[in-house]
Amino acid sequence: MTLKNMVEALNEALRLEMKRDKNILIIGEDVGEDGGVFRVTDGLAKEFGNSRVIDSPLAESGIVGSAIGMSLLGLKPVCEIQFEGFIFPAIDQLVNHASRMRNRSRGRFTTPILVRCPIGGGIKALEHHSDSPETYFVHTPGLKVVMPSGPYDAKGLMISALREKDPVIFFEPKKIYRAIKEEVPEEAYAIPLGKANVIKEGKDVTLIAYGAWIKTAKEALDVLKDVSVELIDLRTLSPLDTETIINSVRKTGKCVIVQEAPKTLGLASEIIARINDKALYSLEAPVERVCGFDTIVPLRLHEDYYLPSVSKIVSAVERVMKNAKGGS
Amino acid sequence: MMEKTIAKFDVLYLQILDENGDCDEKNKPKITDEVLKEMYRFLILTRAFDDKALKLQRQGRLGTYAPMRGQEAGQIGSAFALSKDDWVFPAFRENGVYMIKGVSADMLFRYWAGDERGMQIPKGINILPVSITVGGHLPHAVGTAMGFNYLKQKNVSVVYFGDGATSEGDFHEALNFAGVFKAPCVFICQNNQWAISLPVREQTASQTIAQKAIAYGIPGIQVDGNDVFAVYKATMDAVTRARKGLGATLIECLTYRLADHTTSDDAKKYRPEEEVRSWENKDPILRFEKYLTQKKIINPVIIGQVKAEAEQQIEKAVKIAESVKPQLPTEMFDYLYSDMTDEMKEQREQSKRENNISKGASVSEHSAKNAGVVGELEEV
Repeated sequence: MTLKNMVEALNEALRLEMKRDKNILIIGEDVGEDGGVFRVTDGLAKEFGNSRVIDSPLAESGIVGSAIGMSLLGLKPVCEIQFEGFIFPAIDQLVNHASRMRNRSRGRFTTPILVRCPIGGGIKALEHHSDSPETYFVHTPGLKVVMPSGPYDAKGLMISALREKDPVIFFEPKKIYRAIKEEVPEEAYAIPLGKANVIKEGKDVTLIAYGAWIKTAKEALDVLKDVSVELIDLRTLSPLDTETIINSVRKTGKCVIVQEAPKTLGLASEIIARINDKALYSLEAPVERVCGFDTIVPLRLHEDYYLPSVSKIVSAVERVMKNAKGGS
Repeated sequence: MMEKTIAKFDVLYLQILDENGDCDEKNKPKITDEVLKEMYRFLILTRAFDDKALKLQRQGRLGTYAPMRGQEAGQIGSAFALSKDDWVFPAFRENGVYMIKGVSADMLFRYWAGDERGMQIPKGINILPVSITVGGHLPHAVGTAMGFNYLKQKNVSVVYFGDGATSEGDFHEALNFAGVFKAPCVFICQNNQWAISLPVREQTASQTIAQKAIAYGIPGIQVDGNDVFAVYKATMDAVTRARKGLGATLIECLTYRLADHTTSDDAKKYRPEEEVRSWENKDPILRFEKYLTQKKIINPVIIGQVKAEAEQQIEKAVKIAESVKPQLPTEMFDYLYSDMTDEMKEQREQSKRENNISKGASVSEHSAKNAGVVGELEEV
């Protein structure tokens, strides 16, 4: 085992699965010789050839739309959308076609494409390079949405996503592409989609996060030494692992949810609704949300005011403890 | 200063069988009399389907329906040029193409009646379900064609769309991809001259749709879309070219939508009746019938037989379509994911409770018409 960052782990997952399965192709902008602007596909064109790692014209709907066509033949195309702000030209293909083909044809045709896309802020980038649009896709029936929180998970989730029979949107948090190094086994291993990961058990508060904010949440735990926090990484945003969330909230009676995306109708809203359905009477305090504001993400100078942070998470946990019956 | 012409392009127009039934025998594609009769049979069958569908819609037995009267030659002429293993990506008027590919009329009636199972295309028939979005399916056809290249298969994908679709971004992305990747794909634009209420002259400033191909480095041709021979020849040439590895072609079938856009539309509101009348004289079936009669391939007795058989076939299809066991409301959950998610299982149970579905109960109170309304339903 060697220490790897998320870019290296994803690259390795793609390489291993492409070796195993000749039906896997990659298509996207600058994915060939350049290896993608974040280098996730680095070296793959050289190893597997330009007919399998396809540099496409600059057209996201064309990328996803043609991938849908390939997948109809049993191929497994992996699309790279260069930045989340550029996924919208392809949203028609994802929402109107990829997600619906199985249902539309009553199972005759399926479109198990995989769309990889960097997501989120924290890298001091230009406009449209710091957004968190995952909710649009979570809201779309027929898609699966995944977001890893570190190199180990990224590799295992990517391998599962590459073996999926349904279309998957795989969001890669840019902020932690290279910020975390972990021991990552050389061989292929799969982390199942649809299951959350209880990173740390605790009895006082359930802290739910995903993507880049697991790292920040862990940092918050170092500050919150007196509170027994149960930290849950969602890993898959759709389908959501309701069971793990509900079991935890029933145990702790308190919950804080971290979400970089705008607050209104985000994943946190849905999690609160599910807690309301299944664990309302276990709650000892209102659920707290640490979210992005319902604004446009500011450019680099003010970006940090928008994003979640250690101090915002710590404050939310302290508030929920204080509000709870018997909290200090 | 230097100024010179660096590129020049021509746009060809092809007509073989004119509206009087006169044929340019020199350019007529080689088709046996048996196949010509078969083409005629499908033209009649397609029109019979269309007529019946409109009647059924007016009686409330179908939902919104998009008629195709006047556009039959573009469908039958092109579909006859395809091989079994070629893949077809229809828009929403290609009922004739479906039937030639082997999808039965009862399936199509079921779909237009609102039963998704009508688009459960039988295995081995490579035609996609109806695409209601305009132009969104063009990149799919290109992707499948790229897949043929990757898999080293000699198949071709064929995609149908209207003049309106040529304004969509997906049309341009699809043609561009097809050009760049030499995709074996044939784009068939049914230029019926009206995108609901917008005439083609307001849809584009281009003199033809065909010339749009030039920008993407693929050939484009305009054909008389009401001429079965011209459509067949252009498609055959394009398919042959694609199979040889020479890439895609855009075929513009210049035709006319004789009926409303859909049964929810009233075309009288925006286009003159005289225009419609003038195109009725160019009917694709009339001229083909004239030609085949002149050539003694058919005669009034055969014409009568073909029409009677088509009507019988359509009536039978309606009977089949209306006698199938209705879908259960819970089917909406069953084909969303390969394995049902926990949330789907939960919502499916909720739907069962709301609709009184229980094992062993009767389905008699349920009909396709009132899907989702109370009644004892049985889960299979």
